[in-house]
Amino acid sequence: MSDISERGQGHYASADVVPFQIWRGGLWAALSWGSASAVTWFLPDVIQWGATGGFAILTGVIALVFLALAFLVTPARNPGLVHYGPWFIVLGLWLLIWEVVTAKLGWLPKPFFSPPQGLLHVYLSDWDRLLLCIAYTGRLWGLGFFFGISVGFLAGIGLGWSKRFAYWGMPFLKLIGPVPASAWIPCAFFVFPTTFQASVFLVALASGIPVAILTASGISQVSRSYYDVARTLGAGNRWQVTKIAIPAALPNVFVGLFMGLYYSFAVLVVAEMLGAKFGLGWYLQFNTAYSAYANVYAGLLIMALLCAGLVRLLFVIRDRLLGWQKGIV
Amino acid sequence: MSAVTPLGLKFDHISHGYDIGGSLLPVLENVSLNIAPGEFVALLGPSGCGKSTLLRLAAGLETPGKGQVLADTQPITAPGPDRILVFQEATLFPWRTVRGNVQAGPEARGELTGKTDRVDEALRLVGLENFGEAWPHQLSGGMAQRAAIARALVNDPRLLLLDEPLGKLDSLTRLNLQKDLIRLWQDRGFTAILVTHDVEEALLLADRVILFSPRPAQIVEELLVDRPHPRRRDDPALIALRGRLLARLGVLEDV
Repeated sequence: MSDISERGQGHYASADVVPFQIWRGGLWAALSWGSASAVTWFLPDVIQWGATGGFAILTGVIALVFLALAFLVTPARNPGLVHYGPWFIVLGLWLLIWEVVTAKLGWLPKPFFSPPQGLLHVYLSDWDRLLLCIAYTGRLWGLGFFFGISVGFLAGIGLGWSKRFAYWGMPFLKLIGPVPASAWIPCAFFVFPTTFQASVFLVALASGIPVAILTASGISQVSRSYYDVARTLGAGNRWQVTKIAIPAALPNVFVGLFMGLYYSFAVLVVAEMLGAKFGLGWYLQFNTAYSAYANVYAGLLIMALLCAGLVRLLFVIRDRLLGWQKGIV
Repeated sequence: MSAVTPLGLKFDHISHGYDIGGSLLPVLENVSLNIAPGEFVALLGPSGCGKSTLLRLAAGLETPGKGQVLADTQPITAPGPDRILVFQEATLFPWRTVRGNVQAGPEARGELTGKTDRVDEALRLVGLENFGEAWPHQLSGGMAQRAAIARALVNDPRLLLLDEPLGKLDSLTRLNLQKDLIRLWQDRGFTAILVTHDVEEALLLADRVILFSPRPAQIVEELLVDRPHPRRRDDPALIALRGRLLARLGVLEDV
């Protein structure tokens, strides 16, 4: 113990004598964001957009934050921030160019391309409706996805474990599995009493089928010798399913979950565009009809962040559960 | 862990075969063999001759086509934790830590509560007390096999079935594990049956060496190895026995 703490102190002592350094990336980022801010503020817009001033202030504040960080942060101690430095610079440049070619010069065709302050304006003025749409989409996706993967997982265990279940179930799965879930839309909308239930069913179908197929194949691929070991140790059927078959099949199950997640997004948006009263898919559809392209981009950006966030979350869960595998984590 | 009451085993006129593509491949033919409680017996013979099948029958993983296997006086019909099989591959569950693997037996039988110190003891017996939290993929071949042996020992088996457990290890690791097996057998007092191709290993470890013919396996020779432990591989008595066994094996291979 004492050994470790001594070394820890030594580490601090040596870090204290690191000479003062400027984070150069921060300076350049401050410059690129500052230029975007200045161009937005000082040059006139070709037509009136909301939130031009707000956008200039926002980018200006961010530029000041980068400027402060450039002097306050010791690069050697913040490798993460330094690593993303080039991204911060390029993002500022991207905003600058975007600003110039849309709001300031009007080079890009007008209803279809919105300047960045257009998006900001949407978030500031339409945030309540966007939040409502996120909630609706979240409810539909959550119900469908979790219902789908639960049923798919249980069905996959049954199909992989029981020969009789596989005899009757596998042909169905092989027939229905390859059909894209969106092909069921016409039937789903008249079979189910409400469009919401139909949409939940479609999302569940899209996410459940890959999980079922991969769980079943994962379980049927588990090496016989693991069961032999478990049986000689006195394990019953239940223990063999929950402690051998399922953990051994888990890497496959996660492949199915990732596939199901992507399919569920695809079906979710289609279902919302067709039948929903709210939701992000509906928001895109509705605003396209009114040529409110700034709203469409704002919705797309939210959708991208949500989907990417969910994928990231699944990766985190996988890394936690499959830490035993060589090469992961 | 205290010593156990060793199990006596009797193979009574066993014939057994496997269904390969619709035709029956005979593996064992009319094999009878008595193993006394506490005895260490090595089964030696050409590879694929059916020695491992005898272990699977004794473990209760399979039931014989003809004849029966008796544990003391009871016919064996199912696997049980008093007869544990250690395989050639360590077959550790890769999703469990070493400790998780070792406690699998008591856990599966719902007997784990209050037995964690026994798990520690089993780990210590095989020299893995510092590797309880390691994942199987982090272990060397010898350590993995030690963990597999600990996973067997924690159940206090009365009969330990060893299916070439050292077959894939390098020679140095092998020598160490041979010493460990003898030590554990002497300390714990279980009955041991070891399947091996290695004549020297059989002579170093076993009280009795049973030599099998090629498939379908029949017993062709039995040798008593009446030498005290620790044995030395340059013991003239062992060298004489080795010559005899190798001659018999050479003859068998020519057939």
